[in-house]
Amino acid sequence: MELFTNQVLAGIATGAIYACMALAVVMIYQAIDHLNFAQGEMAMFSTFISWQLMQWGVPYWAAFILTLALSFVAGIAIERILFKPLAKAPVLTNVAGFIALFAIINSSAGLIWDFTIKQYPTPFGSAPFLGSQLISTHQAGMIGVTVLLLLGLYFFFQYTRIGLAMRAAASVPESARLVGINTSWMIALGWGMATAIGAIAGMLIAPVVFLEPNMMGGVLIYGFAAAVLGGLTSPFGAVVGGFLVGIFENLAGTYIPGVGNELKLPIALALIISVLVVKPAGLFGRHIVKRV
Amino acid sequence: MSAAEEVVAEGHEAVEAVPKRAMTLGTGTSLVVLAALLIAPVFVKNFIIFQMTMLLIYGLAVLALNILTGGSGQFSLGQSAFYAVGAYTTAVLMEHFNVNYALTLPIAGVVCFGFGFLFGQPALRLSGVYLALATFALATAMPQLLKLNFLEHWTGGVQGLVVTKPDAPFGLPMSQDMWLYYFTLVVVIAIYIFSVNLLRSRSGRAFMAIRDNEIAASAMGVDVALYKTLAFGVSAAITGIAGSLGAIAVQFVAPDSYTITLAISLFLGMVVGGVGWLPGSIVGAAFIIFVPNIAEGISKGLSGAVFGVLLFLVIYLVPHGARQVAIMGQQLAGRLRKN
Repeated sequence: MELFTNQVLAGIATGAIYACMALAVVMIYQAIDHLNFAQGEMAMFSTFISWQLMQWGVPYWAAFILTLALSFVAGIAIERILFKPLAKAPVLTNVAGFIALFAIINSSAGLIWDFTIKQYPTPFGSAPFLGSQLISTHQAGMIGVTVLLLLGLYFFFQYTRIGLAMRAAASVPESARLVGINTSWMIALGWGMATAIGAIAGMLIAPVVFLEPNMMGGVLIYGFAAAVLGGLTSPFGAVVGGFLVGIFENLAGTYIPGVGNELKLPIALALIISVLVVKPAGLFGRHIVKRV
Repeated sequence: MSAAEEVVAEGHEAVEAVPKRAMTLGTGTSLVVLAALLIAPVFVKNFIIFQMTMLLIYGLAVLALNILTGGSGQFSLGQSAFYAVGAYTTAVLMEHFNVNYALTLPIAGVVCFGFGFLFGQPALRLSGVYLALATFALATAMPQLLKLNFLEHWTGGVQGLVVTKPDAPFGLPMSQDMWLYYFTLVVVIAIYIFSVNLLRSRSGRAFMAIRDNEIAASAMGVDVALYKTLAFGVSAAITGIAGSLGAIAVQFVAPDSYTITLAISLFLGMVVGGVGWLPGSIVGAAFIIFVPNIAEGISKGLSGAVFGVLLFLVIYLVPHGARQVAIMGQQLAGRLRKN
C-alpha cells in the first residue's frame, strides 16, 4: 500500500507537467479547432527566451512576466502571418503547416542555443515538500500554478465578455459573426493565450526535464494524450486528464511486469485508447451531435 | 437550408469530398508517365535507380494512406507501424525460412491486412483527432514492440536484420538495383490499377459515402463498421507491401527505421500530393524523399527550418497539393485547345 500511495503521489507530480501542457493544447483547440503539433516547440522556444533573459541578468519573475508578454505577442504574430492565409485551406493542410512550424522552431532553437542540456532555475526551490521524498516544493508549486491557471481560465471564459466572445467564435463562428464578434481576431487571441500558457508550462517543466530543444517531445505526447483523455472541449478535463496520465504511467511502470521505461509510453497510450473506446469524446468532453 | 448546405455549415468534415473521377489521371497522361518510368533507369547511375525505387515504394505507402484518408475519410498517423510489420514479415521469412523474396510480398500483404483490419475494430468508435491519437499510439508502440526480448530471436532486437538483395532472374543482364526497380515498378503499377478500380467499385463508393457523411451512408444501407475496417485493412495491406519492398531495397530492417517520423513523412507526402488524388502520391513521395536533402544542401545547421519554410511555401501556393496543379494544368490545356 505504501508503494501504491508513493507511486500515485509521484504520478501526480509528473502529471502536473502533462496537465499544464494539456491545458495549453485545449486552449488552442478551443480557439482554432485543430490540435497544434507545434505547441510543444513554441513552449520550448518561450522557455529559451526566458532563460536568455535570465542570462542577461533579469530576475526570475521579471523574466517570467516578460516572456509571457513576448509569447502572447508571438502567438498572435504566428497566427496572423502564417496561419491566417491558411484559414480556408483544408484541415489536413493546416496540420502540415503545424508540422512545418515544428521543424522551423526546433531547428532554429538548436542553432541559436545549441543542443546541450541546460539547467533551469525554479522559483519554488527543490526541498522535499511537507517531508515527502516524492514531491518536491517545485512540483507542489507546479501543481499550485496549474490549479490557479485553471481557475483563472474558468473565470475568464465564464464571466468576461471577451471570454464569452471567444467561446462563441469557436463553437458557432457564423452566428458569432452575426452578433458582431470579430471571429478572426478571437482566433488570434486564442493563439496568443495558448502560447502564453505554453510558456508557463515550459518554464515550470524546464527545471524537471532540463532545457534543450527536444525537451518537449515526450511531454507534448503525454499532453496530447491527457487533453484527449479529458475531452478536448474541457480545460478542466485536460487538467484531470494530465494527472490521470501521470498516475497511469507510474502505476504501469511499477505493477505490470516487464514494463521498463521503454514500454511506459505505449502502455499509457493503450490505456487511454481503451478509455476512449468506451467514452469516445473523452472523460469530460461534450458530445458533438452531428446532423445529416 | 438544404441538407448539403447544413453539412458544410457544421464544418466537421475533416476531408473534403473529391469526386471519384477526379481521383485518377487520364489515359494519355498515364501512358506518358509509365513510359518515363520505364525508360528512365537505362540512362542513370545505380544510386539514382535506388532512389527511384525508394520513390516508388514511398509512393505506394502514400497511396495506401490516400485510400484510407482520401477514400474513407479516416485519419492515420500509424502507417509506419503497418510499414514495419510488412518489412519485418519479409525480412523474417527471407532470412529465417529462406522464402523467395517475391513470395513474401503477398504474405506481408495478408498479414498486414489482418493486422489493419483488427486494429480498425477498436478504432471504429473513434474519429478525427481521437483516431489520430490512437494510430499515433500504434506508431510509437511499434518500434518498442519490435525490440521486445522474447521476439529478439526472430527480429534481431535493436540490431535488426540484414536482408539479401535478390539478383536478376533468368540471367538477365541487369544490375541488382535495376532489376529491383523494375520488379517494384510492376508491383506498384499492379497495386495502382487495383486501387483505382477499388475506388470505382461498390466498395469504393461505400468508402466515399462514409467519408462524405457517415450518417447518410448508413441510412442508405452502407455497413459503416465493415467498410471502415475494410479501408483500414486494405490500406495496411498496401503499406505492408510497400514495407516489404522497402526492406528488400534497403537490405536492412531495424526497429528505429520505423518510428513516428516515417508516419509523419507519409502524411506530409499525402498532403503535398493532394488528399484523395491517387497519382499525387508519387509527387508527395518525391517531396518527402528529396526536399529534406535539398534543405540539408541549403543549410546544414538549419536544415529543419529550411524544410519547414519549403513546406510552408508549398502549402501556401497549392493548399490542395499536386492535385491543384494538375487541375490548373488541365484547365490551361483546355483553354489552349479552344484558341
